Amino acid sequence: MATATVPAVERENYLNKEYGVMSWLLTTDHKRIALLYLVSITFFFFIGGFFALLIRLELLTPAGDLMQADTYNKMFTMHGQVMVFFFLIPAVPAVLGNFLIPIMIGAKDLAFPRVNLLSWYLFIAGGAFMLYTILTGGVDTGWTFYTPLSTQFLDTHVVAAALAIFIAGFSSILTGLNFIVTIHRMRAPGMTWSRLPLFVWANYATAIIQVLGTPVLAITLMLVALERIFHLGIFNPQMGGDPLLFQHLFWFYSHPAVYIMILPGMGVVSEVVTAFARKRIFGYRFMALALIAIAVLGFLVWAHHMFIAGISLYAAMVFSLLSYFVAVPSAIKVFNWTSTMYRGSISYTTPMLYALGFIGLFTMGGLTGLFLAALGIDVHVTDTYFVIAHFHYIMVGGMVLAYMAGIHYWWPKMSGRMYPESWGRLAALIIFIGFNLTFFPQFILGYLGMPRRYWQYAPEFQVLNVLSTAGATILAVGYILPMIYLLWSMRYGKPAEANPWHAAGLEWMIESPPKTFNFDETPTVTWEAYNYDELNQEVPVER
Amino acid sequence: MFQNIPLWPARASNFAGNVDALYIFLLTLCGLMCLAIFTMITIFVIKYRRRPGVYAEQIEGSNALEFTWTFIPLGIFLCIFVWSSAIYFQQHTPPKDSAEVYTVAKQWMWKFQHVEGQREINELHVPVGRDVRMIMTSQDVIHSFYVPAFRIKQDVLPGRYTVAWFRATKPGVYHLFCAEYCGTMHSGMIGDVVVMEPKDYQAWASGGAPSGSLADTGQGLFQSLGCNTCHRLDTQGRGPNLTGVFGRPVLLDDGRTVTADENYVRESILNPGAKVVSGFKPIMPTFQGIVSDEQLNALVAYIKSLSQQPAGAAGTPNMSPPTSETPLSNR
Repeated sequence: MATATVPAVERENYLNKEYGVMSWLLTTDHKRIALLYLVSITFFFFIGGFFALLIRLELLTPAGDLMQADTYNKMFTMHGQVMVFFFLIPAVPAVLGNFLIPIMIGAKDLAFPRVNLLSWYLFIAGGAFMLYTILTGGVDTGWTFYTPLSTQFLDTHVVAAALAIFIAGFSSILTGLNFIVTIHRMRAPGMTWSRLPLFVWANYATAIIQVLGTPVLAITLMLVALERIFHLGIFNPQMGGDPLLFQHLFWFYSHPAVYIMILPGMGVVSEVVTAFARKRIFGYRFMALALIAIAVLGFLVWAHHMFIAGISLYAAMVFSLLSYFVAVPSAIKVFNWTSTMYRGSISYTTPMLYALGFIGLFTMGGLTGLFLAALGIDVHVTDTYFVIAHFHYIMVGGMVLAYMAGIHYWWPKMSGRMYPESWGRLAALIIFIGFNLTFFPQFILGYLGMPRRYWQYAPEFQVLNVLSTAGATILAVGYILPMIYLLWSMRYGKPAEANPWHAAGLEWMIESPPKTFNFDETPTVTWEAYNYDELNQEVPVER
Repeated sequence: MFQNIPLWPARASNFAGNVDALYIFLLTLCGLMCLAIFTMITIFVIKYRRRPGVYAEQIEGSNALEFTWTFIPLGIFLCIFVWSSAIYFQQHTPPKDSAEVYTVAKQWMWKFQHVEGQREINELHVPVGRDVRMIMTSQDVIHSFYVPAFRIKQDVLPGRYTVAWFRATKPGVYHLFCAEYCGTMHSGMIGDVVVMEPKDYQAWASGGAPSGSLADTGQGLFQSLGCNTCHRLDTQGRGPNLTGVFGRPVLLDDGRTVTADENYVRESILNPGAKVVSGFKPIMPTFQGIVSDEQLNALVAYIKSLSQQPAGAAGTPNMSPPTSETPLSNR
C-alpha cells in the first residue's frame, strides 16, 4: 500500500527499502508489521461500524421493522465481537505499540521479530474465521457468549466465532510477551525504567494483562465449544454444570480486557498532552504507578458484572469495594493530565484536540462507572442502555479518540507525510459532537429502564433513540473523513521533517520515516522523559 | 418535544426513592466533578495557549497534590460504597412474612403462580403495600426479572431458585422486561406488573376462582407421584418426615448442615443423591424430567406449608413460616 506513494528520490527508509507484496508478507520489521496491523484493524473497524449503523437504524422506530429479530441479534453480537477482539484490543498495542516501543527505548526491533510476524498471521487467521462466521450466517450469542444460551439453545456459528476469538487471543498473548521481553531486555544504555515514556509503561501494563488474562478466555471458549460439540455438563445445570461458572471465567478475562483496551490509550494521551503543552508530565511516578495499579487491581473486580446474576450478597459487596479501589488510579491520571497543562504552552493541533476530547469523555465514562459499581444502583441500571453508554464513553470516547490522537501524532513518523491539519481538526470536532449525541441520550434511556439488546422497544423511548441514531450518522462521517485525508496525504501530503512537533522522545530524533533498523548506532540516553526544558523552546505558533 | 422525556421512571416501590436519592447524589457529585475538570481544562487551554516568546514552565509534580487527589476521592468512594451496599442489602433481605409468587421464566414468556392458586402469564397483579417475594426459576436459559418502576432486577437461572422482593407503593401498570439476553424474542419477553389497591386486588384475586391453593396442588402431586409412600407425615418412613422441616437446618449424612430452603427442596427432588439426610439411605429416584418447573413450585409450596402453624393454613399469605432470617444467598 504505502510503498507506491513514496517518491523515488527519497533516501532509503523502511517503506522504500523493498517493494512487492512478499516484502510485506514476510517482513520482520516491527514498523512494517505495525502497518499490516493498521490495515487489518481498519478493515475490521469499518465492518464493526457497519453493524453499529444497522443497529442504530433498526432502533430508529420502536417496532422491529428494518430486519428480523434474529438478524438484529446477530448485528449486536458481531458488532461487539469484531470491535472488541479485532479492533479495540489490537488497536494501540499492535499498531502504535509495535511501531513505537522499540524506537522509544532505543532498540532496532522487538525481541522476537518473527514471533511478531507470527502474531499478525494468527490475528489474520482469527479474522478469517470471524469473516467466515459473518459471511455464512453469523452468530447471535451476544459478544459475552452467556451459557446455557450459547451452548444449548442456538444453532448459529458459535464454535466458529469462538474459534476466531480463540486464535486472535494467541496473537494478543504473543504481542504481550514480545513487549514484556523487549522492554526488559532491549532498552538502550541509560534508558532506565524511570526514564521510559509513559506510552511504554502503558503498553507494559497492558502486556501483563494480555499474557495473564487471555489464556483464561481461551480456556473458557474451549469449554463452550466442548460443551456444544460433546454435550459435557460443564455449564449445563441439567447435567450438574453451573451457568454462573461461565460468567466468572468469562469476566475474569473480560474485565481486565477492558483495561487492555484503555491503558494503551492512556499512554498515547500522556505523550500527546506533554508534546502540545510542551511540558513534563505532572507526577511521572504516580502516572506510571497508576498504570500498574490498574493492571493489577483490574484482575480483582470481575464479579461486578454479576451483581444481579445470583452471586452471594457478601461476594457482591467485596467486588463493589474493590471496584472503587480501581477507580482511584484512573482519577489520579485525569488529575495529572489536567495539571500537566497548567502553565504550559498549548497548541490546538489535531492530536491535542483528540487528547482533550479523551480526557473529557474518559472522565464521564469513569464517573458513570461509579454508578455501576454502586450495588443499589447497579441493580437498576445493569443490562440497560446506561451500561452501553458507560462503556462506549470509555471504549469510543476514550480508546478510539486516543487511537485517533496517536495516529495523527505519529502519522508524520509512520508515513513520512503531514496530514492536512484543518481537515484533521474538523474531523475531530465532528467525531466529538457525533459521539456525544449518540451516547449521551443512552444514559437517560438506561435509567428510564430500556434494556440493552432489544430489537423492539416501548414507544416512550423513541425520542432518545432517534437522537442517538442521528448522532451515529454524524459519527460515521467523522470516521470516514480521516480515512480519506490520511490516504490522500500519503501521496500529496507535505513531506514530514524528523520532528515536526518539536517533541521530546527518541522517535523524534530519527528520520521520518525511519530506516529499517531505526538507529545507525544505539543511542545513549542521558535525559528524563518529556525533557521539554532541554529542547528548543522557540516553537512556531500553530494556527 | 423534550418536556415529555422524564429523567427517571415512575417510583412505585419501597426501593425507588432510596435508589433515586443515591442516583441524584451521584449525579450531583459527578456533575460537579466534571464541571471542575472541564472548567480547568478550558481555562488552561485558553490561558496557556501558545504565544511567541512565552515558554512553558516545567513542573515536576507535587506529592501533596497527588496524595490529596488519591485519598479524598477514595474517601468519597467509600461513602458511596456504604450507602449503595445498604440499599443492596435491603434488596436482598426480604421480610419474613412476605407474600410469595412463584415464577417460571421460559423463552419468551413469564409464568406466575400465586400461592392462593391464581396463575398468570406476562401479567403480574400485586396489591399496594404488601411485601412480595418472587421465587424464580427458568425452564431454559438465563432471563432477568426487571421492573424499572420498582428499581429491581434479578437474573432468573435454570436449575435453581433466585429471589427478588419488593413492596409496591403506587397503583398503576408498569413495565416488566427481561433484561438478560435470552435469544430471538428477548425484546418480546415483556409484560405488565399491575399494582392495585388492596380491595381491588381482593376483587381480582377472588374473581379467577382458582381450583385451590398452590400448596393444595402440591399436595395432590405429592400423592399422585407417590412421594407419600416414603415421606410419611405421621411417622418416620423410608424417607424423612417432612413436617416442620422447611426453613430448619438439616444434618446430612456427610456431616454437613444445610438449611432446608426452596433451593434445597428443589435439589432434593431433582437430584436426591446430592444431599442425603443423615440416617437415611440414598434410595430416592430422581424426578428430573418427570415434574415440570411449575409442579416443582407446587411441591415446594406444599412442603413449605407443612412447616406452617396451624396446619391447614397452607398458602395463606403473610402467615409467617419460620424461615431463616439470614440474607438470601441464592447459593
